[in-house]
Amino acid sequence: MNLLAQLEPAPVVVPGIEWSYLWPLIVLSIGAVLLITITSLVPATRRQGFPAAFTAATAIIAFAFLPWMSNRLDDIGGRVLVVDGAMAVDGFTIFVTGVICIAVLLVALLLDDYLRREGLDGPEWYVLMLLSASGGVLLASAEDLILTFVGLEILSIAVYVLAALHLRRSESQEAGFKYFVLGALSSAIFLYGIAMVYGATGSTSLTGINEAIMSVNDAGLSPLRESSMILLGMALLLVGFGFKVSAVPFHVWTPDVYQGAPTPVVAFMASAVKVAGFAGMVRVFVVGFGDLGDDWRPLLAAMAIFTLLVGAFLAVVQTNIKRTLAYSSITHAGFLLVGVHAAGSDSVSTSLLGSKAVLFYMISYTVMIVGTFGVITVVGGRGDGNHTLDAYRGLSRRQPLLAALMAVLLLAQAGIPFTSGFFAKFRVIAAAAEGGQYGLAAAAMVAAVIAAYLYLRVIVAMYLADDVPVTGAASADHADDDHAGGDVAVPAAGAATGSEIRVPPSVLVALVLAVAATLVLGIVPGVIDGALSDGATALSLLRP
Amino acid sequence: MMLAAETTPFALLPALILIPIITAVILALLPASRHDYLKLVALGGSSVAGAFAVYALAAFDKADGGLQFVTRSTWVADLGLSWFLGLDGISLFLVVLTGILFPIAILATEPHHDPKPYYIWLMILMAGSFGVFMALDLLLFFLFFEVVLVPMYFLIGGWGHGRRIYAALKFFIYTMAGSALMLVGIVSLAFLTARNTGQPLTFDVTVLAEAQALSTTAQRLIFLSFALAFAVKVPLFPLHTWLPDAHTEAPTAGSVILAGVMLKLGTYGYIRFGVYLFPQAAHDLAPIFLTLGTIGIVYGAVAATVQKDLKRLVAYSSVAHLGFIILGVFSLTTQGIQGGVLQMVNHGISTGALFILVGWIYERRHTRQIAELGGLQKSAPVMAAAFTLVMFSSIGLPGLNGFTGEFLILLGGFNGARWWTVVAVSGVILAALYLLWAYQRVFHGEATGENADMRDLQWSEGLAILPLLVLIVFMGVYPKPVLERIEPAVDELLLHVAANVEGFEEPEPQAPAQPAGVTELTEALEKGEAHAEDHGDDADHQDEGDHSETDAVEGEG
Repeated sequence: MNLLAQLEPAPVVVPGIEWSYLWPLIVLSIGAVLLITITSLVPATRRQGFPAAFTAATAIIAFAFLPWMSNRLDDIGGRVLVVDGAMAVDGFTIFVTGVICIAVLLVALLLDDYLRREGLDGPEWYVLMLLSASGGVLLASAEDLILTFVGLEILSIAVYVLAALHLRRSESQEAGFKYFVLGALSSAIFLYGIAMVYGATGSTSLTGINEAIMSVNDAGLSPLRESSMILLGMALLLVGFGFKVSAVPFHVWTPDVYQGAPTPVVAFMASAVKVAGFAGMVRVFVVGFGDLGDDWRPLLAAMAIFTLLVGAFLAVVQTNIKRTLAYSSITHAGFLLVGVHAAGSDSVSTSLLGSKAVLFYMISYTVMIVGTFGVITVVGGRGDGNHTLDAYRGLSRRQPLLAALMAVLLLAQAGIPFTSGFFAKFRVIAAAAEGGQYGLAAAAMVAAVIAAYLYLRVIVAMYLADDVPVTGAASADHADDDHAGGDVAVPAAGAATGSEIRVPPSVLVALVLAVAATLVLGIVPGVIDGALSDGATALSLLRP
Repeated sequence: MMLAAETTPFALLPALILIPIITAVILALLPASRHDYLKLVALGGSSVAGAFAVYALAAFDKADGGLQFVTRSTWVADLGLSWFLGLDGISLFLVVLTGILFPIAILATEPHHDPKPYYIWLMILMAGSFGVFMALDLLLFFLFFEVVLVPMYFLIGGWGHGRRIYAALKFFIYTMAGSALMLVGIVSLAFLTARNTGQPLTFDVTVLAEAQALSTTAQRLIFLSFALAFAVKVPLFPLHTWLPDAHTEAPTAGSVILAGVMLKLGTYGYIRFGVYLFPQAAHDLAPIFLTLGTIGIVYGAVAATVQKDLKRLVAYSSVAHLGFIILGVFSLTTQGIQGGVLQMVNHGISTGALFILVGWIYERRHTRQIAELGGLQKSAPVMAAAFTLVMFSSIGLPGLNGFTGEFLILLGGFNGARWWTVVAVSGVILAALYLLWAYQRVFHGEATGENADMRDLQWSEGLAILPLLVLIVFMGVYPKPVLERIEPAVDELLLHVAANVEGFEEPEPQAPAQPAGVTELTEALEKGEAHAEDHGDDADHQDEGDHSETDAVEGEG
C-alpha cells in the first residue's frame, strides 16, 4: 500500500486512519454489533419495538454526523483521504451516506410492524440491515478497488440473508437463494475484473489506476489506453456493477427476487443497495476510469437504453405489483445510468450536471421507492402474499389516506411536476442534453411515458375501478404462494375481501415522511443544492 | 416583446394561481358530508379567482403590446429556473376565459358522487390552467402543462360516463407521450442557446426568443419536438383520436374545461412557444401545419356530420374549429393570428356552452343518442333558444362572436396561405350542415315518449348559461375591446418574426375597410362554396350578405 500512497497527487496529505472522519461508518457497524449483543441478553418478550427504535436511532445518529463532517471538510479543501488512502471522505461520500441512512431509517419503521404481523420477531433483520448499510457506505467511499470489493460484499451478503429470512415462505428462501447464486457469480466476475485492472496498471487504487492510464512513455504515447487487458477489466467491473444495480442484461434476477423477498427487505434492496451500487459505480468509473470514457461510455449508453426500455416494456405486462415495481426499478436504474454516462463526460460542466443528476435521483428515488414498498407491505397483509393488482381495487374507499399517499408516490415515480420525480428526471435529461446525448435523453423520456402507464394502472385500480375486489383470483394466488405456512389461509381470505388492511402508526410515520420529502423536493428542489454541489464537485476535483 | 415597466400594486398573477389552491385546501378541510357547502366554497373560490382575472382585463394597458403584471423570482438557481409570470394581449384573454368558464362549469353541473374530491380536482385544474397561460419560463410552462393532466385524468376517470377509465388513460398517455420529447427540446434549446451566446443558462422565454442562437437544423428539430406536444393537445388531424373519447366520456364540467381551456394550450403553445421562439422554423414548416389544420377542418366537420352521439358531434366540431385557429396562426399575418386568438376565446365560450347544454339534455333524458331525441323544442323552448344561439355562434353566423374570429382568420389566411384557406372555407359551410342537421333532429319534429315531458331550464341553469350567451352576442356585435388588446401583442410578435426570418414579409395586410379585401373574401367564399357544392343552408347566404356589418366592426378596430 505504500507504493500506492506514493502515487497520490502531491497536495493531498495522506494521513493515517483519521478515525474522526469515519463516524457514520463506525456508528452503523458498532450499532449492529451492539444491537445483537443487547437483544441476546434481554428476553424477547421485553424488547418489543426496541430493535426498530435502536436501528432508527443509529441511522439518525450516523446522519447527524454528516453536517459536522461537511463543515470540517470545507475547511480543508472538501476532501480527505483516510485509512492510508484507501477511502475518500468527501461531499459524495457524505451525500450517499445520508441517502443510505434515510433508507435505513424508513425501512426500520416498516420492518417493526411487519415482523410482528408475520410472527417473525428477531433482531437479526435489523442487525443485517445495519451491516449492509455500513457496507454501502464503505462502497461509496472506497478509493481502492480492494475496498470497493469488500464494501460490495458486506453490502450484498447481508442482503442475501435478509431476502431469505421470511422463514415461513418458501418463496422468500427461493428468492434469497437465487439472489445469492447470481450475486456470488457477479462478485466473482467483479473480482476478476479487479485482477485484470491490477494486471494492466499495477495498482488497485483509483487514483493510481488513473495515473497509470494517463502516464506517457518516452515516445509520447500512453500504452495503457490501447491495452486490451484494462478494457477487459473495465468490462468485467461493469458487469459486476450491472448485476448490483440490475441493469439490462444483468437484470433477470430482479423480478423474481423482488417478488419473493419480504417486502420491507425489497424496499431496502431497491433503495440503499441500489444507491450504494451506483455510488460505487460512479466512483470507480468516473474517478478511476474517467480518462477512458471513450471506451466505457458507449457501452454504458447502450446499457442505459436497454435498461430504460426493457424495464418499461416488461413492467407493463406484469400483474403482480412487486414484479411491476421490480421492472419499474429497472427503468429507474436506466435513468441513473444516463446520469452516470453524463458524469463520465470529459466536459467539466456536463460531468458536474451528470453527477448532480445522479445524486438527486438517488435521494428522490430512495424516498419514493421505500414509500411505495411501504404501502405494498401494508396491503400485502398477513402472509405477505396479497400483491396482485386486484388487491388495490377500491383502496381509496377502504383506506383513503393510504391510497392518497400511494398515489402521490406513484405520480412522483411517473415524474409528474411538483414532485421530486420530475426534477430527478429533468436533471438527468438536462445532463444528457447538455452533453449532446439527445438520443439518450429521448429514450429516457419514451421510457418514462411507458412507465407512466403502469403507475396509472395502479392508480386506476385504487381510485377508478369499481369497488369489488375479485376474490377468486386473489385467493387462488394465495393458495400457491403460501403453502409453507398453515396459519396464512385465514388471513389470505381476509385480505382478499379487503377488510384486513391495517396501517400501523410506525408505517404511517414512514409514509408521511416519504411523501413529505417527495413533495418538498418537488416544490423547492433547491433545499439540497449545497449538498448536491459538494457531492458533484468532489468527483470533479478528482478528475484529471 | 419588451417588458412593461409598470406593475400592479400587488402580485396579481401569483394570486390567480394561489386562490384556487387555497380553495382546494379549504375544501379538503371541510367534511365530505356537507355537499351544499362544498359547491358553495368551490363556486366562491373560482369566482374570486375569476374576478381577479377580469380585474386583470380591466387594468390591462391596451396600447402596450408587451408583457404586463410581470412577477419574477428565482426558483432553482443552478438550473436557471425562475418563477416568471406575465400577461400580454394573447394570453390575457385565455386567462379571462379560464376565470369565467370555471365558475360557470361549477355552477352548471353537479357531480353524481363524491363532490369533495371532484371540486378539489377542479380547483387544482384551475390553478394549473392559469399557470400554464401565464408562465413565461419554459420549464415552468412545461410543469404546468404536465400537471394539469393529473386533475383532468381523475375528473374523467372518476366522474365520467361509459368507458371513462379507457378515455382517461388514453388522454393521459397521449398527452404525456406528446410532451415527452418537448422536455428534451426545452432542455436542448436552453443549453444550446446558453452555449452559443455565452450567457448563463436560462429558460426565460423572452431571452431565448431574442437570442435566436440556434442553427437551422437544431431550430427545426426543437420546434418539431414542441410542435408534437402541441399537436396532440390541439389536436391536429392524425393525433386527434383521444379527443372524442375524452370529451364524450368526461363529466360535463370536464368537457367544458377540456374544450374551453385545455385545447387552447396547444394553439396558445404554437403562438407563444412555436412562432415566437422559433420564427424561422415556424415560417419554413408552416405548410405542414396549414395542411394538417385544413385537413382537420374538413375531416372534423365530416366526422361530426355522421356522429350518432350528440356529445361526440360537438367533440368533432372542436377538431374543425381548432383547425381554423391553426390556419390563422400559421398564416403568419396580423389578421390571421389575431383571428386565431379571438377564435380561441370564441370556441371556449361557444363549445363550453354547447357541452353544458348537451350535459343538461343528458341529465334529463339519460341519452345522448341523436336518434332517441326529438321535438325537444316543444318541451323545452328556453333550452332550444339557448341552443340555437350557441349553435349559430359555433357556425359563425354574422353578428355573433364566431363570425368575427372566423372572418379574420379567413382574411389573414387568404393573404398568407391562399389555397389552404380556399379549402378551409368549406368548413364554414359544413359547420352549418352538421349543426343545423343535428339541431333539426334533436329539437324539431314531434316529441314522443320521454322527450315530450322533458324539463325546461331551471332558474339556476339559465343563470349559469346566461353570461356565455351575453358574451356570444357582445363579442359578435362589438369585438373592438377584445381586438384592440390583442392587436399590439400580435403586431409585436410579427415584428419579431420579421426581424428573425430572412426574407419574411408579411403579406400586404389588406385593410378590411378597403373593398379589395372584401372582394377577395367573397371570391374565396364562392370558391369554397364551389367545393362544398349544394348545401342550401341559410348560413352561407348570410355570410356573404352581412359584410357591411363586418366592415363597420373592423373599421372601429
